[in-house]
Amino acid sequence: MYTSITSRRSFIKKMATLSAITAAATMFPGILFADEQERGLPTNGNLDWKKAPCRFCGVGCGVLVGIEDGKAVAVKGDPKSSVNKGLCCVKGYHSVMAMYGTDRLTKPLVKKNGTYVETSMKEALDLIASKMKETIDAHGKDAVSIYGSGQWTIPDGYVASKLFKGCIGTNNVEANARLCMASAVTGFMTSFGIDEPMGCYDDIDHADVFFLWGNNMAEMHPVLFSRILDQRLKRGVKIIDFATRTTRTSMAADKSILFRPQTDLAVANAICYEIINNGWVNQSFVEKHCNFNKGLTNMGYGLEDNYSFTDKPEKISFEDYKNFLEDYTPEKVEKISGVSAKDIKYMASFYGDPNKKVMSVWCMGMNQHSRGTWINNLVYNIHLLTGKISTPGNSPFSLTGQPSACGTVREVGTLTHKLPHGVVMNEEHRKFAAEIWDVPVENIPSKPTYHTVEMFRALDRGDIRFMWIQVTNPMVTMPKLKRYRDATKKEGRFIVVSDIYPTPTTDIADVILPSAMWIEREGMYGNSERRTQYFEQMVEPPGEAMSDTWQLVEVAKRLGFEKQFYYNEETHIEEIYNEYRRHHDNKKHNMAPLEVLKEESGVLWPYVDGKSTKWRFNAKYDPACSNGEDFHFYGKPDGKAVIWQRPYEPAAEEPDDEYPFWLNTGRVVEHWHTGSMTRRIPVLHKAMPHAYVELNPGDAERLQIKTGDNVLLTTRRGKITLPASVNERGVPTPNQVFVPFFDENMLINDITLDSFCPISKEPDYKKCAVKVEKA
Amino acid sequence: MPIKSYLAHPFEGKKAELVKAISVIKQCEVIPAENRDVLVVVTETYSREEEDLLKEQLEAISSLKLLAMVSGFNTPQKH
Repeated sequence: MYTSITSRRSFIKKMATLSAITAAATMFPGILFADEQERGLPTNGNLDWKKAPCRFCGVGCGVLVGIEDGKAVAVKGDPKSSVNKGLCCVKGYHSVMAMYGTDRLTKPLVKKNGTYVETSMKEALDLIASKMKETIDAHGKDAVSIYGSGQWTIPDGYVASKLFKGCIGTNNVEANARLCMASAVTGFMTSFGIDEPMGCYDDIDHADVFFLWGNNMAEMHPVLFSRILDQRLKRGVKIIDFATRTTRTSMAADKSILFRPQTDLAVANAICYEIINNGWVNQSFVEKHCNFNKGLTNMGYGLEDNYSFTDKPEKISFEDYKNFLEDYTPEKVEKISGVSAKDIKYMASFYGDPNKKVMSVWCMGMNQHSRGTWINNLVYNIHLLTGKISTPGNSPFSLTGQPSACGTVREVGTLTHKLPHGVVMNEEHRKFAAEIWDVPVENIPSKPTYHTVEMFRALDRGDIRFMWIQVTNPMVTMPKLKRYRDATKKEGRFIVVSDIYPTPTTDIADVILPSAMWIEREGMYGNSERRTQYFEQMVEPPGEAMSDTWQLVEVAKRLGFEKQFYYNEETHIEEIYNEYRRHHDNKKHNMAPLEVLKEESGVLWPYVDGKSTKWRFNAKYDPACSNGEDFHFYGKPDGKAVIWQRPYEPAAEEPDDEYPFWLNTGRVVEHWHTGSMTRRIPVLHKAMPHAYVELNPGDAERLQIKTGDNVLLTTRRGKITLPASVNERGVPTPNQVFVPFFDENMLINDITLDSFCPISKEPDYKKCAVKVEKA
Repeated sequence: MPIKSYLAHPFEGKKAELVKAISVIKQCEVIPAENRDVLVVVTETYSREEEDLLKEQLEAISSLKLLAMVSGFNTPQKH
């Protein structure tokens, strides 16, 4: 049937109007529009709308994708999704366009004599399996590895872990979430003994005050930030931006407080000092539900190969802790942090006010930190001391950056030490996994092998010879990148890369497998608030592109694990998910049945007796609480959370006479991570075509640098030249520069430092020393 | 080029002013809620330059407090 362009545009305008009216109705129950406006609005049209979680960040917005003639052509926020309530950010709106870049990988490519040759998928998978066998025979099981990401769907990560840990018998499984979420995990584990936030996004609708700890939400989590701004319009909530750089978030906040890099540790301790000094401690909560611990200090920074560290927790008394905080009076911390004592007292006053509900929100600023576990602990301390936790609106909340960093990496457990339920070090956990995986328990090694940075160091040394990289771009994201790029090119290494577009990582591959993206296959993601969301296959993948799940299943079968990888091609996602659910079959983590996920816009685990759990550890909401009290921190054997004594310690590399500036790296709203998808969307690429270096206006004037001038950045790792940005989108504090990392043509990670938090092993991308000169 | 829809939130007491300011932009259709301080705005442009210009124009409106995108539609460009 022919439809004229004009009438089609008119129809689409009506659809757009309908979407907005529906979203408004979700956000403002009872809202009315004039009758004549609503008359004639279409209910559906030619488009077939299907629900999915957004492909990009960890917020996990529900979107509705419009399919027409086998192609995804439209996106709108899903008004039924409690995450975004019908809203959609600039990346979400463009998400379907990311599937249709002109250079999609559609055929497997094998490097022969230095050039890539197209081959069939069957031949490519045969080659991968034979190379894996060859490597294991020659160098042992720990010479093969897989490196995935928080963009792996739940089934992708599950089969990767089962193949490598359960069948092959190596713990060489890591994911890029180590680079973004590991400190959040170790923060949760050390403070509560169990991972992931206790609250949910509904906290936004209840909190009175929002503290953003180094979190540029306006650009990185725009839909959630819109929800907070909406609460300010409705209820007059307060937003306090605590950061090292003035951003769009700072501009929108009620107050912007700037601190010197790394000194958030000292400020958090000063807030705790103020809470105790002013008698704001919730005594009964602390006595019933908290222990006090201290750990080792002066841990180092992981800069040397084979670095290892194990903390030794030791119980202390409240009085010991109080004495420790004497070093962190607001006046003393003002000198360390540059934050005035008055501002520290101002921040503490909100946490200390029993009539104010407070939400603390953070992401990379606290996690990519050489003391990332500690700063996570310290923010929990504030909430535990005041009892502002696990109740609606009182919520320390760690946000994620990827759609399934929680659902796959943290819950399935695609990290070297993890199993879907528990850790490899625990014999009972190994037995439990082995039984479900149908493998001998002896297959699963009891020792973790390499965390991400060490995995690439092992590749450099030759301890690892084979690496399969799926749905991530480490040749843009690894810190001190040059060492690890050179490692991949060494003789005797074999690299497989599964991706949807050519990237600097496919450039170093021996085999490139074309992957099916997002709604070109079936899968599930898990977002920041423990919400698991299902999406069906809506369109066909291009050429021979295949899901990462099925690529792994095919190779597993070729390696002789047909019994364990018994799945049927048509039904494998359902079979894998049902098998995976068995690992979490308990009140603390039960996952919803697939049929529920298909119906709902996601479900929060633990899903018990047909209900999501919105606030964990609170007996009113969480059926896993069993101590007869109001709260039960059941992740710890004695049911109590831990308030940690953690000092301020400097970063691994601080500015000095030779390298007098801090180098901070991060993201921009237009591009998602390394830009491999968003840079192929013309409107986003045009809006932000290349990286830049932000300078403080005072520094720029002193160095006679203006916007657009070339600036030479030099660290102990190398040099890079970038155009300057002065007083534009962001403004760093004096003696600090900021560079976004999305641009593969200006690889800032060539000059960053691979120091990491000794407990989480997450690198600190926010701090190293740099020299800044006009080029 | 895309058709997009937004929810536009005015500053307090500036709803009428915001409706007026957006109504005069030819690429915009505005539908104010009758009983809440929010407007539905639908934009339609034919070129990237026009889209950029429109964005600048909207962001410059002093009575606009927040503009939140709701949906976007790709339309055929073969015209």
